[in-house]
Amino acid sequence: MNLHEYQAKSLFAKYGLPVPKGSVTSTAEGAARCFEEIAVNGSAVAKCQIHAGGRGKAGGVQVVRSKDEARNFATRWLGSSLVTFQTNSKGQPVNRILFEECQKPVRELYLGATIDRSIGRVVVMASTKGGMEIEKVAAETPELIFREIIDPTNGAQPYQGRELAFRLGLTGDVFKQFVSLFIRFCRIYHECDCSLMEVNPLVITDEGKLLCLDAKMNVDNNALYRQPEIKDMRDFSQEPEIEARAMSNNLNYVALDGNIGCMVNGAGLAMGTMDLIKLHGGEPANFLDVGGSATRDRVVKAFEIILSDTKVKVIFVNIFGGIVRCDLIAEGIIGAVEEVGLKIPVVVRLEGNGAEKGRELLSASGFDITACNDLTEAVKAAVAAVKE
Amino acid sequence: MSILINKDTKVICQGFTGSQGTLHSEQAIAYGTKLMGGVTPGKGGMVHLDRPVFNTVREAVDATGATASSVFIPAQFCKDAILEAVDAGISLIVVITEGIPTLDMLNLRPVLKASGVRLIGPNCPGIVTSGECKIGIMPGYIHKKGRVGIVSRSGTLTYEAIKQTTDYGYGQTTCVGIGGDPIPGTDFIDVLELFQNDPETEAIVMIGEIGGNAEERAAEYIKAHVTKPVVSYIAGVTAPKGKRMGHAGAIISGGKGTAREKYAALDAAGVLTVKSIADIGRGVQEATGWQRG
Repeated sequence: MNLHEYQAKSLFAKYGLPVPKGSVTSTAEGAARCFEEIAVNGSAVAKCQIHAGGRGKAGGVQVVRSKDEARNFATRWLGSSLVTFQTNSKGQPVNRILFEECQKPVRELYLGATIDRSIGRVVVMASTKGGMEIEKVAAETPELIFREIIDPTNGAQPYQGRELAFRLGLTGDVFKQFVSLFIRFCRIYHECDCSLMEVNPLVITDEGKLLCLDAKMNVDNNALYRQPEIKDMRDFSQEPEIEARAMSNNLNYVALDGNIGCMVNGAGLAMGTMDLIKLHGGEPANFLDVGGSATRDRVVKAFEIILSDTKVKVIFVNIFGGIVRCDLIAEGIIGAVEEVGLKIPVVVRLEGNGAEKGRELLSASGFDITACNDLTEAVKAAVAAVKE
Repeated sequence: MSILINKDTKVICQGFTGSQGTLHSEQAIAYGTKLMGGVTPGKGGMVHLDRPVFNTVREAVDATGATASSVFIPAQFCKDAILEAVDAGISLIVVITEGIPTLDMLNLRPVLKASGVRLIGPNCPGIVTSGECKIGIMPGYIHKKGRVGIVSRSGTLTYEAIKQTTDYGYGQTTCVGIGGDPIPGTDFIDVLELFQNDPETEAIVMIGEIGGNAEERAAEYIKAHVTKPVVSYIAGVTAPKGKRMGHAGAIISGGKGTAREKYAALDAAGVLTVKSIADIGRGVQEATGWQRG
């Protein structure tokens, strides 16, 4: 789950990390009030809040110099979508704008943390190349990224903060500020069950203060049960509507560009099915894991979600019935086809326990259902059905 | 021979009396697994599936001599259940549960390492030594005693590989689902090493998917240490970047962890790769030169 910048910064502030003074609003009038509250020397910076980077270049971040300018910026963006190089062509909806004090950075750094899966540890990364995409820095100047591995038992230690600070070339009071910031940053990572945290840029102001100018936090979905405050921060408007709806039905769905709707049991097989469709000249419309028990209710929900994508011309069902009996799954599919009133062909590949009986039931159902047992044959049948 | 478990392995189930624990314990017993009983705190003294229920793992181990545990416990209680099993002297813990917080696994790793306990999973279908012992949720009837070792990050893709190697007449020694989470207790390399050292395993099937670099590391290991033929399939060639594909660990992040990179690493290591999940059986035939049975 992703957080907005303003949400991440509110958590940062709670942990004592230095963030700019700011105020967030969802209305044009609120924007004028925010400006009044925040502006120093007649200016403030307005930042569209979306779950994507690249906002500045896309016009979503701007210095405003009056209440009217603040109001106009809000009117321009609220309710619209912001397209950046990180979003798709439709962009992400802007529902909130963060106003902050303008800053005068003299240096821009990068600080990030993530899990290094190959060693099963949290790794903190710092770089002198702040304000750039870290992937780009890693590709072009990897020697400018410094890493510290965090010990899970003892947590981040001050010496690790000092090592990073030395390598970043920090001195004097900023050095001390960094060590303290590093420890708090790592505390947030662990206590908030993060999967990714970034401060980019982390700036040194003209007054010699470290400040988190931007903030990015991704939180482990599996840990939300113990992060009630963060769970409430979820902004469904930033997630594809159809994926959010699937999730509320406990189905894993990811939209793709093709026209063969897929319903599969198991995440790996669902990916394998997409790949196989592509391999045989078709285009999968989605990833959908219906889970182990493809009961009538679940299949109905899955079909409804697949069909809300109007590009779908054929539904391909691929079930490896392990413990569950395939004839029961077949009954579920037939019931769902009937209930949804399906008007497009369905190709079903059933394998496993009771598969033959399941296929007989499907073939005898009177609906436009092609039942196969060989996976490759089934995929070919689905690809052919699109072309008919 | 086989790896990790065999006909003599004594197994208990944590979460024994729950619906999943009950269903899959029944299946394990039907398969011939030496399932000695199980643990449900507060239900000690009961009899379930004709076997004793214990309040704690320690009691279960003391009474039955079990060395392996299958964990069917909700995700938020798994860390506790795993630590209890470690403390009670269990040497093989198989965690089926999906949805364990990543930091829980991260914190468990040093404990597992220090104690020498092997954990399979989480978010995995379990482990089966064909014809001898089944721990987890794999369907028993697709297995056939034989000569292929299978290791996989996915459940249903494992079943496809098992079914095909059975249909080709080759059968399996042991099938290990290492699970789809970002930090698994056991990774490909651990299992590859066991298969390489197991005289009954003559060929290996490795099934990976997008996300992380476990397949790339496995490729390096295979090149240096594995002399048996290896056949591999990677799921997710068509997966978009930045999207989690069901499994917590199946995500291409920062442009890294693509199927293309993994295939390239495996090809360079001399592994026979197949691009279709339907071609596992054929791949094993090609890699080994065995007649189809």
